[in-house]
Amino acid sequence: MRLTLNIWRQKSPSAKGKMVPYTLDNVSEHMSFLEMLDVLNEQLITKGQEPVAFDHDCREGICGSCGFVINGVAHGPRRGTTVCQLHMRSFNDNDELFLEPWRAAAFPVLKDLIVNRSSFDRIIGAGGYVSVATGSATDGNAILVPKPESDMAMSAAACIGCGACVAACPNASASLFTGAKIAHLGLLPQGQPERHSRALNMVAQAKEEGFGNCTNIGECEAVCPKGIQLENIARMNRDYLVGAVLYREPQAEAGAG
Amino acid sequence: MPLNSRTPAGPIEKRWENTKFEMKLVNPANKRKYNVLVVGSGLAGGSAAATLAELGYNVKCFCFQDSPRRAHSIAAQGGINAAKNYQNDGDSIYRLFYDTVKGGDFRARESNVYRLAQISVNIIDQAVAQGVPFAREYGGTLANRSFGGAQVSRTFYARGQTGQQLLLGAYQALERQIDAGRVKMYPRTEMLDLIVIDGKARGIVTRNLVTGQVDVHIADAVILATGGYGNVFYLSTNAKGSNVTAGWRAYKRGAYFGNPCFTQIHPTCIPVSGDYQSKLTLMSESLRNDGRIWVPKKQGDTRPPQQIPEAERDYFLERIYPSFGNLVPRDVASRAAKRMCDEGCGVGPTGLGVYLDFGASIERLGRQAISERYGNLFEMYERITGESPYRVPMRIFPAVHYTMGGLWVDYHLMSTVPGLFVLGEANFSDHGANRLGASALMQGLADGYFVIPYTLGNYLAANPVEKVSENHPAAKAAIEEVTGRIKKLLGVNGTRTVDSFHRELGKIMWDHCGMARNAKDLYAAAAKIRELKTEFWQNVNVLGESTDLNQSLEKAGRVADFLELGELMCIDAAERNESCGGHFREEHQTPEGEAMRDDENYAYAAAWEFKGEGQPAVLHKEDLTFEYVKPSQRSYK
Repeated sequence: MRLTLNIWRQKSPSAKGKMVPYTLDNVSEHMSFLEMLDVLNEQLITKGQEPVAFDHDCREGICGSCGFVINGVAHGPRRGTTVCQLHMRSFNDNDELFLEPWRAAAFPVLKDLIVNRSSFDRIIGAGGYVSVATGSATDGNAILVPKPESDMAMSAAACIGCGACVAACPNASASLFTGAKIAHLGLLPQGQPERHSRALNMVAQAKEEGFGNCTNIGECEAVCPKGIQLENIARMNRDYLVGAVLYREPQAEAGAG
Repeated sequence: MPLNSRTPAGPIEKRWENTKFEMKLVNPANKRKYNVLVVGSGLAGGSAAATLAELGYNVKCFCFQDSPRRAHSIAAQGGINAAKNYQNDGDSIYRLFYDTVKGGDFRARESNVYRLAQISVNIIDQAVAQGVPFAREYGGTLANRSFGGAQVSRTFYARGQTGQQLLLGAYQALERQIDAGRVKMYPRTEMLDLIVIDGKARGIVTRNLVTGQVDVHIADAVILATGGYGNVFYLSTNAKGSNVTAGWRAYKRGAYFGNPCFTQIHPTCIPVSGDYQSKLTLMSESLRNDGRIWVPKKQGDTRPPQQIPEAERDYFLERIYPSFGNLVPRDVASRAAKRMCDEGCGVGPTGLGVYLDFGASIERLGRQAISERYGNLFEMYERITGESPYRVPMRIFPAVHYTMGGLWVDYHLMSTVPGLFVLGEANFSDHGANRLGASALMQGLADGYFVIPYTLGNYLAANPVEKVSENHPAAKAAIEEVTGRIKKLLGVNGTRTVDSFHRELGKIMWDHCGMARNAKDLYAAAAKIRELKTEFWQNVNVLGESTDLNQSLEKAGRVADFLELGELMCIDAAERNESCGGHFREEHQTPEGEAMRDDENYAYAAAWEFKGEGQPAVLHKEDLTFEYVKPSQRSYK
C-alpha cells in the first residue's frame, strides 16, 4: 500500500518544529508500524536526509519506550496496542497519517517524536515503592495475599509507563499512571505502612512536575495499551484523602542509649 | 595472565558462607567515601545499584534507555526459579543446583551454580516484600508452576510478565535511593570506554545521548550489568537497543571474554515475515505444554494446514523423542525444527516455520480452558500475524534469545581487570552451554541483590586505591579515543546504511554460527566478517552531528563492535571441537543427529584475551571440575 505520512520534525528541544509530509510506497500489511518507519528512515538516509527520531526498544509492547500520536489517537487506532505492535493491516491504501509526539508540558519534546518522560521516574521516586532494604524480608509465604486483591494489584502493576494516558488527557494529567502505582501497592499487605504517605507524596510530585488534575474524562483509559482502569484513580483519591486527614508532622527520632 | 577463579574449597554447601565470613568489611561510616559506577539498570544493575546505595556507597547508575525501568529484563515472560519447595514435590537447593549444571551441559562452574541455587530463595522473599504481585493460590500463598521441562514446580510468576514485575521492584527500590540522593542516575547515557589506571578499573567514559556530551566518571570500582549480545544476529528476541559495546570496550581494556559462542536459540518464536523484519517475538515456552508441533510429511506441501489429513502430518518431536515429545529442552527442539525445514518440509511463505497446533487440545479441553491458559499469547500472536491460533495452527521458528557467554568472571564476579565486576547476562558464569527456562531472572537478581554487595566490599577493603582526578592521562586518552571514533564514524560518508551492515552481519552469523556449525564454515564466516568490517569503515553512511540526539550514530558505534564480536564468536565456535548445549557442531554428532560432548578435551570455559587491533585473540582455559554432578550424556528419547 501507499501512504502519506505527515510527521512532526523538531531538531532540538528549543527548535521550532513543523509537520513534514512524506510518501511511502510498497508498505506491506505485515509490517509493524515501527518497521514501516524503519523503511522510511532507510530511504531518507539513502537520500542524505536525517531519519525520523522515535523512541523504541523491545518492540513487543512491554518496555513502554515507544509511543506517539497517530491521527489524534495515542498509539493509533487499535485498542490495547502500543505502536510497536500495531501492524499496517490496520490501515488502508492511500491513507494519510499524522504523527505527533506526546504533547504535555511535563513531557518536553527532545527531538521529532521523542519526549522526555523523566517526570514519571520522579513520581515513582516520591513514594512509588515499599521501603524494604535488601536482606530484611521475611519468608515469601509469611505474607498471605488474597487472590482477588493480588489479581487486582497485578492488573494495576501492568502499567508500562509509556505516557499515552497523559498525551490523551485534555488536562495532561498523570492520574492514571500515578493511581496505578498507588493502587498496586495499596492493595497489598506489604504496601500498607506507607499507603497514605505514598499517595500524598506521589500526587504532590505529579503536581510539581506540571501534570494537570483529573476531571473524569476517561480518555486515558481508552488509549491505555495495558487496559489500566479508571478505578485506580478512585483508589488514589481515596488514599490521598485519608492521608490528608491523618497527616501529622514527622516526629524527631530520639537517640536512645 | 593465568586465570584464577577464586573458587573456594570445602563442602559445596558451605562455600559461600565461608567465603562471606572470610571477606573484609567496609566500615559503615566509610562506605559513603567509596564511589561505585553501575552500568545498566536491568535486574542485575538495578538491584545492585539500589542495594549498594542502601548499604551507604556513593553510586552512579547509567542506562541508555530513557528510564531505568525500560531495561530489557522487562520483556522476560515466563518466571523465576527458586528452590523453596513450597509444593512439597521434592525440590531442594541441591536439586536446582543439579538441574542447572546438567541443563548447562556441564560447562558451568559448580560452586557458582550452587550459590545461585542457595540464593534463589532469598530473591523470592525480597521481591514479595517489595510488593511484586506474584501469582497466588486462593489461600493467599504463592503459586508455582513447572516450566521448561522441569520435573518439579519451582517457578514463581506474575502472569506472563514476570520480568516486568521483578524489574519494577528493583526499579522502585532504585528510585527510592535516587530520591534520597544516594544514587545519581544517568538515563539516555551510554558507556563508550573503560578507564584502567595502574591495572585497576577506575572509571568510564560516557556519551550523553541527548546532548552528545562526552564525560569521564572516576570511581573506586566499576560494575557492568549490560545484558546480552544476541543482537549480533540482527534478528533476535532482544530489544533493539541491546548491545555489547560496554562489554566489548572492557574486553579491549583487558577483561577476558568467556565462551562467546554460547548462544541460546529459542524454539517458539514468530517466524520472519519479510525483509523489513526488525526483531523477532518470543511466544512463551509454556505453549508447548498443550500445543503439538508438526510439519507436512510431503516436501513443499503448500496446502493450508486444515486440508492436510492427520496421516500426512509428521509430529516430529513426538516421533523422535517419544518420552519427552513436545517438551524436549530448547536446544533440542530448535535443532529438530531446523532439520525439518532444511529437508524442505517447512511451512509458511518462507518455508522457515513449523506448526504449533492447538486443535487437539481445544477438542480435548474446550476452547474456554485453552483461552484461560494462553488467551493473552493467542491475542499477541493474532495482533502480529493477523491469524487466530484458535482456528489455524500457529507458525513458529527458532530465534536467538539469550547469550550464555559474556565477560569472564571469578567466583566474586570480578573480571580479569581488578575492580571491574560483571553481573547478570553480561557475564559468562552460571548457565554453562545452555540456560534453563526461568533461570535468567534468578541469576540477574542473585548477582545484584546478594552477591555483589559482599564481594565489592571485600575488594574495596582489601585494595585501597589512590585518588585520581578526571584529568588523569588515562582518562584523557580514553576521551580522545572515544571522540576520535565518533568523528571517524561521522566522517566516512559512504553509501550504505548502518542497518544494512547489521543485517548482513546477522545473516552471516545465523547461517554459520547459529543452530548448526562446522569448522570450515566458521572460519570462512570469520573471514567474511573481517571483510565486512573493513567495508563498514570505508562505506558506512552516518548522517547528522555528534552534538545532539543522533540515533544513527548510536547504532553505528554498536554495530562496529558487533562486527568485531561476531568474528570472535566464530573463532570460539570453531575452536570448540565438540557439541554441547546450544553449541552444535555438525562434525560432532551421534548417528541419530544428537550432540556429542567431549569432556576429555573440552571441559573448560574459554576465556579470550584481546591482544591488539588486527592481532588474533589468545585463548585461556579455565578447567571445569565436577565433584558433585557427574557428567552424563543428556537423553530425551
